[in-house]
Amino acid sequence: MFAEILPLLTKALGETIYMVVISMAIASIIGVPLGVLLYTTDKGQILESPALNKIVGSIVNAIRSIPFIILMVAIIPFTRLLVGSAIGTTAAIVPLVVASIPFIGRQVETSLKEVPAGLIEAALSMGATPMQIISKVLLPEAMPSIVAQLTTVIIALVGESAMAGAIGGGGLGDLAIRYGYQRFRPEVMIATVVVLIVLVQLVQFLGNTLAKRLNKK
Amino acid sequence: MIKLSNIEKIYDSPAGKVHALKGINLEIAKGEIYGIIGLSGAGKSTLVRCINMLERPTSGKVIVDGQDMTKLNDSELRNARKNIGMIFQHFNLLSSATVYENIAFPLKLSNVSKDKIAKKVNPLLELVGLKDKANQYPAQLSGGQKQRVGIARALASNPKILLCDEATSALDPQTTKSILDLIYTINKNLSLTVIVITHEMQVIKEICDKVAVISNGVIAESGKVLDVFTNPQHEITKEFISVLLSNELPAAFRGSKISQTKTEGSLLLLRLNFLGESADDPVLAQMIRTCHGVECTMLFGNLDEIHGVPFGRFIIGLSGSENAVQSALEFLGGKDVRVEVIGYVRRNSAALD
Repeated sequence: MFAEILPLLTKALGETIYMVVISMAIASIIGVPLGVLLYTTDKGQILESPALNKIVGSIVNAIRSIPFIILMVAIIPFTRLLVGSAIGTTAAIVPLVVASIPFIGRQVETSLKEVPAGLIEAALSMGATPMQIISKVLLPEAMPSIVAQLTTVIIALVGESAMAGAIGGGGLGDLAIRYGYQRFRPEVMIATVVVLIVLVQLVQFLGNTLAKRLNKK
Repeated sequence: MIKLSNIEKIYDSPAGKVHALKGINLEIAKGEIYGIIGLSGAGKSTLVRCINMLERPTSGKVIVDGQDMTKLNDSELRNARKNIGMIFQHFNLLSSATVYENIAFPLKLSNVSKDKIAKKVNPLLELVGLKDKANQYPAQLSGGQKQRVGIARALASNPKILLCDEATSALDPQTTKSILDLIYTINKNLSLTVIVITHEMQVIKEICDKVAVISNGVIAESGKVLDVFTNPQHEITKEFISVLLSNELPAAFRGSKISQTKTEGSLLLLRLNFLGESADDPVLAQMIRTCHGVECTMLFGNLDEIHGVPFGRFIIGLSGSENAVQSALEFLGGKDVRVEVIGYVRRNSAALD
């Protein structure tokens, strides 16, 4: 029986990892700068711009308040436009990215807020440009915290990717629903859950280790 | 070197407008160590930040090295700031960077090559005595060592001015002493103009040439440290100095009624301030020899020096016949001593028990 489940599991795990890794990569490329923007345009910060901050902040809040399952369905036309189909593993990446960008933005903003204001002041007193402050002070100083926060985002993505899988995206969620639930095969369900638990533990462990290594405090 | 004219700073706060600086005028000459002392909230930190425009004054002029800082655009201001080093109470070092990288930081901002950075940073490490700590992170250093890194970092871009914002307030007295010595040495060797912000008179006494006392956003008094110390005019200045030189009466007289006329069994208390060479003169011995019948009791004494100039402060009690006491007062009046007559005070009976 195990020999029969194993190929299913490895395929599903591969799909989940594919969805999570690609979504995370794309969402980070946009989400990290978004977090920097949210932080630096806030009141009293180096690129203070209350209007921009308010507009971007509201959009972020709006997207974050939509439950993932609804967001996924709601943006189907957009997904189709982008990848040509609304079904499949690649198509699932689109809503995962859209949901993760504002999440990452807020998490990074939170991390940047932990950087002592005195450090920014010191850099300003040395004649640093806003860009230098971002690249040489804010991001390096907040990096251990950003890594910890992004670990949380990855774990959330694992969960969301399972949801995406349920509507035809493949992956572990898809496997658990189709085999475990719809075909009454509890052993598949249990195996899937075990794999998910191991996966999340592993991500958390790696995230913690990396954050700890980066932290020189 | 630095000239502040009519500096006003008004903050908008939720509780209304806060008038932090109310027309500050200050002139600081090249090579001077200028102390600015005040209680927390007096406006001293805001004032020092007006020099490098970390705080923009609401009105007034800030001339640094011939440039009006308030008129510079962003990039001119960044260049001007490279001439003004700054150190902080909480050091503000990058926790993610080593000692070496922290000191190199201002040079990296100016895109200086690696070789040139090494040529600059290594002597600085030596200057502040942290050569063996180059590859450690700030978290592994003591407070004094962190401030040494801060000083080296501030010096990396060859500034003409060093601003010290409560640089020793987070340090223990011994470490404070060593950091002050370092600042003093740097000032002398590099002919750097130094501005020291502090709430501790000890710091002013130790290294400053001049001092301005700031209170409620105005400069209460300013001048050479020696003059301000020995002849303070403003109440707030007297308070600061009293931390170092007690202004209180000795315990045996504290709480007793002070009378301007002689009462039975009382002593005439005098506060004597000696300055410079007069501190070495045997004035009291002469007084006792000259004015027959006067009894002199030493109640309090303190001798100190500021930049090698000795100054002393004593409280003495005179007794004896009225004539003798009067002649003693006249004698002291003719000497190079500042005499402050406190009045006739009886020994506190409670203190005798």
